[in-house]
Amino acid sequence: MPDTTPATDTQVDSTGPATGEGASARRLLEVDDVTLRFGGVVALNEVSFHINEGEILGLIGPNGAGKTTCFNVMTGVYQPTSGGVRFQGEPLGRRKKHEITRLGIARTFQNIRLFGTMTALENVLVGADAHHTTGVGSAVLRLPKHRREEKEGYERARELLKFMGLSKRANELARNLSYGDQRRLEIARALATDPTLLCLDEPAAGFNPAEKARLMELIRTIRDQGYTVLLIEHDMRLVMGVTDRIVVLKSARKFAEALPAEIRDNPAVIAAYLGVDENAS
Amino acid sequence: MDLLIHHFFELTITGLAIGAVYSLVALGYTLVYGVLRLINFAHSEVFMWGTFGAVWVLTALGAGQASGAGVFGYLIIGFAAAMLVSAVVAMLLEYVAYRPLRKRNAPPLVALISAIGASFVLSELMGLRDKVATWFGLETTLADYVGRPRENAVMPSLVDSHTVFQLGDYGVKNIDIIVFVSALVMMVVLDQFVRRTRLGRGIRAVAQDPESAALMGVNRDRVIRLTFLVGGIMAGGAAMLYLLKIGVTRYNAGFILGVKAFTAAVLGGIGNVRGALLGGLVLGVAENYGSALVGTQWKDVVAFLLLIVILLFRPTGLLGESLGKARA
Amino acid sequence: MSAVTDFFHGFRGRVAGLPKPVRIVLLVVAALLVYLLPILNPPFITTTDSDFASVLFSCSVYALVALGLNVVIGYAGLLDLGYVGFFAIGAYAVGVFGSAHGTLPWLLCVPLAIIFAMVSGILLGAPTLRVRGDYLAIVTLGFGEIIRLVLLNSAWLGAAAGISNVPSPTGPALFSIPHLDWSGGAPVVDLSTTTTVLEFGVRDATPFYWLALTVVIIVIFIDRLMQNSRVGRAWEATREDEDAAELMGVPTFRFKLLAFAIGACIGGLSGSLFAARQGFLNPDNFTILYSVLFVAMVVVGGQGNRWGVISAAFLLTWLPEKFRFLSEERYLLFGLALMALAIFRPQGLLPPRRAVRAIESEEEIEALEEGTAHA
Repeated sequence: MPDTTPATDTQVDSTGPATGEGASARRLLEVDDVTLRFGGVVALNEVSFHINEGEILGLIGPNGAGKTTCFNVMTGVYQPTSGGVRFQGEPLGRRKKHEITRLGIARTFQNIRLFGTMTALENVLVGADAHHTTGVGSAVLRLPKHRREEKEGYERARELLKFMGLSKRANELARNLSYGDQRRLEIARALATDPTLLCLDEPAAGFNPAEKARLMELIRTIRDQGYTVLLIEHDMRLVMGVTDRIVVLKSARKFAEALPAEIRDNPAVIAAYLGVDENAS
Repeated sequence: MDLLIHHFFELTITGLAIGAVYSLVALGYTLVYGVLRLINFAHSEVFMWGTFGAVWVLTALGAGQASGAGVFGYLIIGFAAAMLVSAVVAMLLEYVAYRPLRKRNAPPLVALISAIGASFVLSELMGLRDKVATWFGLETTLADYVGRPRENAVMPSLVDSHTVFQLGDYGVKNIDIIVFVSALVMMVVLDQFVRRTRLGRGIRAVAQDPESAALMGVNRDRVIRLTFLVGGIMAGGAAMLYLLKIGVTRYNAGFILGVKAFTAAVLGGIGNVRGALLGGLVLGVAENYGSALVGTQWKDVVAFLLLIVILLFRPTGLLGESLGKARA
Repeated sequence: MSAVTDFFHGFRGRVAGLPKPVRIVLLVVAALLVYLLPILNPPFITTTDSDFASVLFSCSVYALVALGLNVVIGYAGLLDLGYVGFFAIGAYAVGVFGSAHGTLPWLLCVPLAIIFAMVSGILLGAPTLRVRGDYLAIVTLGFGEIIRLVLLNSAWLGAAAGISNVPSPTGPALFSIPHLDWSGGAPVVDLSTTTTVLEFGVRDATPFYWLALTVVIIVIFIDRLMQNSRVGRAWEATREDEDAAELMGVPTFRFKLLAFAIGACIGGLSGSLFAARQGFLNPDNFTILYSVLFVAMVVVGGQGNRWGVISAAFLLTWLPEKFRFLSEERYLLFGLALMALAIFRPQGLLPPRRAVRAIESEEEIEALEEGTAHA
């Protein structure tokens, strides 16, 4: 099938108002012309988009388009070959992964990556530790800082587990949790790092429709609590239902960027997705 | 410094010779690591058993009295014996120590423990061979071979060392030439095998991407067995050359050589056949230069330091590929 | 095998369920019994062919080593095949500052031993912990050997002859305790064999054993404090999935280096204890064989489980003494045991009990909360 992707950037570009969009909306994250090359492979090709504070941005595209790679560049796993990412106006530069997390970007993973031999509570505690500074000395001497941070972490973890409906599973090993619980635990853990931007990588993979509906509610609640959400998903119904804006990636390039309704009715985007994800996956 | 300059040719030539031995053994490490991501700790014992194979067979045949064409015949027999024994030990090792773990998807640390255990078993069996012989009631018949198990076993002398040509004021010895050239030939054969034959390509495929290789119909188990076999044969060749050069062997001769060979493999770029060649030669020569500079008692320290330095500044080795793998 | 561990876990579970004062009393009684082992000389446990107290002393020193290496391998997941290097540095620090080039008493040499070991741990770890896991194993192996070769070839450090007149701890000779003699079937108080408390002499290893055991107990407490904290969690997360941990805000390199340094400290400490009773040190005490043995203790015990590794250390030290007649085949059996373990029970004798630990730390947090409520 011939590739009908326009050579230059998209013909669908919305500048109309959307939630969070508008003169007063701040750009939380800006991906500026990022290109990423591995040997001969171009994983991202001059990709640019931005995320506004308080919005839920959807990042969609066929498999291999570069969505998770985008996440990886934003979280410091890869250094772009050219271009860069700015968070709250500041370029990320060559910051290490844990530094970027402390700046306020947190994520979940396409293939669940919990700490399997640790309990659900401990997993979330690790996230909460992102802003702690207790070291060996404080820990061994049980200094006030240790006590305070442990208490704060524990309270925050308990709250988040409750928020995710996982309180009963707090002391179970993460690898023994059900699939759905594991996905929710990953979100809890990411939220524990107290991020400004939460990046979810296919959080609904493997969910049934009821679970997906609950997830949509959850994502909206998370945003209502003040977080900004970047969502990679294949399920179009979910994406259309929960996002404020959508960026479409295809073959390592940005293919389109618009409101959900505009994307849904756009024949070029539909063609790119033909038969793949028109129906919920 | 003086020592280094005055004996430069000697140090270089002998370094290349022993380095060639390192290279051959390094091949075993690098191939297994490439295919299994496992450090085959027990490969040093594969080598050691090969040395004994050659020593025993040649002693039994009275090879020490040979001359002329007979020497050539015995050399071939020696190589064959060493390669056969090493290959058998290598295959046994794969079957007993590693395959069960692969079947259970054991983590790498556990495989390393098994490797270490196997290494002990193999070297101790050799070091206790007198006792082992008594278990089978063979202690008298095999007395010549199993007596004094913790001491050196002497290789029947096949080739008298003499100078072949002059390089500066150093006379290049025939033994060094034999060792170096034989090793080179073996490595070229292996290199061609890996590059050109179907079996060899199978090894490379599994080393690069086991899943795709399986999808292409490559039988991973068979490739792994083949890798151990080839590594064993190379170690056997190294064993014979080692005996030609050093003249004696013992139950723990494998250990230090193994560490150096592994260093050579890492130095050249682990998983890389040509890297093993280069690494071995560089190590052999560097060791000699180092010992000339700081004293022979520090020779082994030079080897270890070189290893650490390489891993710090160029962890992929001299000819290795980039370590950067897509993650997360 | 699993029946044994189930029983053990069940037992521990029931003990954990008892009220706290009862648990403390039980613990103290158990500890007392362990201290009194050389005095009580229980029939099947005591080693007839070698001095029981000496064996127990060695067991304790190696238990300490196992604890230290457990932090490196078990908690942080770093494969260290050269741990004997830190052990050697600790021992030789005592030898150098107490005998060869100084006259410090043993007690003052100990902090020096720890410091030297820690510094070398940091120097080794800083560049090498960035390297892939398998490579770390080889680099540490090389480190261990380099240390031994330096000790062997340095005249300043005694070379092959080593250092003699290594200082022992000194203490006042207090009261004497007679041992029990079971040779007649029933325990009889044997007044001819006595232990003088705090007398660190050549004749009796028991005070040394008590010293080592006390250090082990202190380190167990410290270990527990570390594990139930941000530090322990960071190590575990790093070991489980280093990249994911870093993406959750864990500065993994820093914690790996910390684990390495702490492991080195404990290694140096145990080396100094070892030196306390040695009298003279030479490089043969610190070969790669020991590094391998130490790793085996941790893996056999169940990496990450401090009681597992302590048990394994005791077992691996005590068994060869108990079965001395097998001493020639010792390494062969050791190799076979390692292979069997790897194939049939890779998780070790006592794999870590996460659930129990989780409950323990929860109790601690609750105690904290109650404490603050009163404040």
